[in-house]
Amino acid sequence: MRKLEEMSTNTLPTALAEIVDDFQALTEPDRLQLLLEFSRGLPELPERLKDHPELLEQVVECQSPLFLTIESEKNAEGSRAYRLYFKAPQEAPTTRGFAGVLHEGLDGLTAEEILAVPDDMPELLGLTRAITPLRMRGMTAMLGRIKRKVAAASRLER
Amino acid sequence: MSYPVEQNEKFASYANPERLVSTEWLAAALADGAIADGKLVVVESDEDVLLYETGHIPGAVKIDWHTDLNDEVTRDYVDGTAFAALAASKGISRDSTVVIYGDKSNWWAAYALWVFTLFGHEDVRLLDGGRDKWIAEGRELTTDVTQPSAGEYPEVERNDAPIRAFKEDVLAHLGNPLIDVRSPEEYTGQRTHMPAYPEEGALRGGHIPTAASIPWARAAAEDGTYRNREELEALYLGEAGLKAGDDVVAYCRIGERSSHTWFALKYLLGFDTVRNYDGSWTEWGNAVRVPIVKGADRGAVPAAFARN
Repeated sequence: MRKLEEMSTNTLPTALAEIVDDFQALTEPDRLQLLLEFSRGLPELPERLKDHPELLEQVVECQSPLFLTIESEKNAEGSRAYRLYFKAPQEAPTTRGFAGVLHEGLDGLTAEEILAVPDDMPELLGLTRAITPLRMRGMTAMLGRIKRKVAAASRLER
Repeated sequence: MSYPVEQNEKFASYANPERLVSTEWLAAALADGAIADGKLVVVESDEDVLLYETGHIPGAVKIDWHTDLNDEVTRDYVDGTAFAALAASKGISRDSTVVIYGDKSNWWAAYALWVFTLFGHEDVRLLDGGRDKWIAEGRELTTDVTQPSAGEYPEVERNDAPIRAFKEDVLAHLGNPLIDVRSPEEYTGQRTHMPAYPEEGALRGGHIPTAASIPWARAAAEDGTYRNREELEALYLGEAGLKAGDDVVAYCRIGERSSHTWFALKYLLGFDTVRNYDGSWTEWGNAVRVPIVKGADRGAVPAAFARN
């Protein structure tokens, strides 16, 4: 696993950096347990999205069906904050868990903050050995999709 | 001490009825205290490494195909020492009756059962219908962590030859029956990975020359249980053209879906010689000077490779 120092942690938003620290402080079995907690903590979709599956995009690289979308809103400081929404089945806890990490770590941040997250951030969680490289690729794809959508949306809003 | 074998009409028609148990049978055995007195060990083996933790059959232990059964350095299964340690830690002794179940119609459960068989574990059975059927029937699940008392397991040398094929074995086998259990799109070469699954980096798409295409799921009914003997015969003897006594190799992408088919051919239809090629398409599709066929036709063995 890569060490935190080797990747510039100052590009990680505070909440995400804290999550990474939490994972790194644990042994492998406890990291899986923490991922399970994140899968339980993933919020339900709001009603307006629940009834409109066409507003969500599937991340096909994920081994289990995962759908996501983003929305933006003006925050108190007048800049745009991005909200993240995920849908993944209960029987896919690993996929849900990573969605939960990204939700807690990135929801409500600005485009600049989200786009500064390194593409290989999932590797920092120290789960690669336990959950197979294939599944890690799905997680990386999930982050990539969020960044692409945020980049496209922020260009339109300039 | 082996636990008594289930008797029912569906299983009785199979070649080896003792290899399957139904959800009803397992529920009754649990109610009987079979786990508590150590006669029976129930193992959950899933694709998703966290699924067991979200709820499992009471008393079941977890074995993960990736972290428990693979040796990441040798790109092989664990050796006899590691397997003995794993089994003992899960409360399994050499004479335990082991019932394995899992997600996705038992793909990974069948894979784990196949690995147990590499080590010659005598009494290992599959829960017909797996995890999904147990849940669909509203049966009990728990998140309580199972803490089995240690089993006694000897270090047994793995015996690959009878049920495992390597690439060289498959090259030597060309001309004999092969069953490709992947999706039709993977078989024709239109794609190299499962629909809705990520690309795993096979360079070429297609199938092993002369392999019959029987996607694994066709051996399973709607509820994830195996189809009955008559239906399986129509599939493998009829459609695939296998004949009694054939020497068969099954393969998929990494050997997990083909374990499900291997089980059906070996134990339900009773073929003596069935091997699972676990290198499967991720190896064959990338290997140098190894022939493939593209398209829906089975194709022929190229003259340079015809040994049989």
